[in-house]
Amino acid sequence: MKAVILFNSTNHAIWAENELKENEISCKMISVPRHLSSDCGYCVQIDADDREKVSSILNANNIEFDNIENYEGE
Amino acid sequence: MSKDRTNNSIIYFDNAATSFPKPECVTKAIVNYMTQIGANPGRSGHKLSIEAGHIVFKARKSIAALFGLKNPMQVIFTSNATEALNLGIKGILQKGDHVITTSMEHNSAIRPLHELEKQAYISLAIVQADKTGIIDPNKIRKAITVRTKAVVVNHASNVLGCIQPIREIGKICKEKGIIFIVDCAQSAGVVPIDINRDNIDILAFAGHKGLYGPTGTGGMVIADDFDHKKIKPLKCGGTGSLSDKIDQPDFLPDRFESGTLNIAGLSGLFAGSEYIQKKPGGIKGIYSHKNELQKYFIQQAEMFVQNFICYSSSNLPSAGVIAFRLKNISVSEAAQILSDKFEIMCRQGLHCSPLAHQTIGTFPEGTLRFGFGIFNTKEEIDIAVHALKSISEGN
Repeated sequence: MKAVILFNSTNHAIWAENELKENEISCKMISVPRHLSSDCGYCVQIDADDREKVSSILNANNIEFDNIENYEGE
Repeated sequence: MSKDRTNNSIIYFDNAATSFPKPECVTKAIVNYMTQIGANPGRSGHKLSIEAGHIVFKARKSIAALFGLKNPMQVIFTSNATEALNLGIKGILQKGDHVITTSMEHNSAIRPLHELEKQAYISLAIVQADKTGIIDPNKIRKAITVRTKAVVVNHASNVLGCIQPIREIGKICKEKGIIFIVDCAQSAGVVPIDINRDNIDILAFAGHKGLYGPTGTGGMVIADDFDHKKIKPLKCGGTGSLSDKIDQPDFLPDRFESGTLNIAGLSGLFAGSEYIQKKPGGIKGIYSHKNELQKYFIQQAEMFVQNFICYSSSNLPSAGVIAFRLKNISVSEAAQILSDKFEIMCRQGLHCSPLAHQTIGTFPEGTLRFGFGIFNTKEEIDIAVHALKSISEGN
């Protein structure tokens, strides 16, 4: 099961990806799925099981994010 | 094909205008972006766009580390320090505000302030430096009124190289709840700076001087505890975020970074910023190298050059910038001979800082200026001293 973290800013998405990788969390930058958001940038795909760990890393670094949604791909 | 200038007899002492040569890694990083990546960050989801986004993030993180900033999103990239100062100054000021600045400012700060003053939008107090270019923090304290919104101070003089006591001035600003804006165009990458410990709210830097990036790079850095919403953006437009809305985003860095950034430039800036921070000795090492060159030059010139007048003090800490002249020859003629006959590059005149030259009594003719860089050596100074001796003796 996969999930995506949605951000207001692509700058925050890149920052998040960087922090997650430093914390050895498997993740990948992908285009924002259109049905989840009308934004034109990117988001970070993670394993749904890592959801809580990811939230706590982002919060600990004060990285603003919009939401974490389940997403299996299109 | 032009001559390779990185490996010939040219002596480049104009690093205060822009640094040269750049470290090889800077050129390589720019070429790598131009030939291998090329894409626009933050707009599209393809991998080249993401790679370009990584470059911008790494540059932001590197600049944050340089200034002791915790949140890299508080680094806003601009095209130079002038744009950063305009953004900070015009962004925070409102009609009726009072601003304190100094007689050592570059036109990049004093012109936007003076324009606002002429429009009767703000009132301005200019605190006078002493003859060595130093501002007494007590004079700033005395200039504060109930309407004072901001204090704007040039950290390291682009004329004299002298360094202002910003931590002390910043402390006064903190006590009084006044916004402290510091122009670090000459000091970034040269003098150790910690935005939080030095009590700075808004810092402007040039990317192409002490940070060894290419021209067209610079930025505004906002302290971790400063509310960025107090700053109005200078420009609005596309940010790649909130694309469904016609409102400008209010979060950082998007609020201030509309339009495609200079990614080729930021590739080089990242490489330059890492280069100086990872150099043995780091910024402290660069600082002592520049002070050593400054002292050595003044000492040698005073010893061997008959008509040498120096305006920079060899007893004060310096950013490696020296104002001087030869008594018996105009500064423009001396600079021309240094360039044409001796292949020594320097700048003469007023250095975009009329008030600083009035302060040290060299207005309107100005001075000669040497600005040393990380690659300059005592051997080059020996050659320059010999050249100045020869010019002053009319040979």
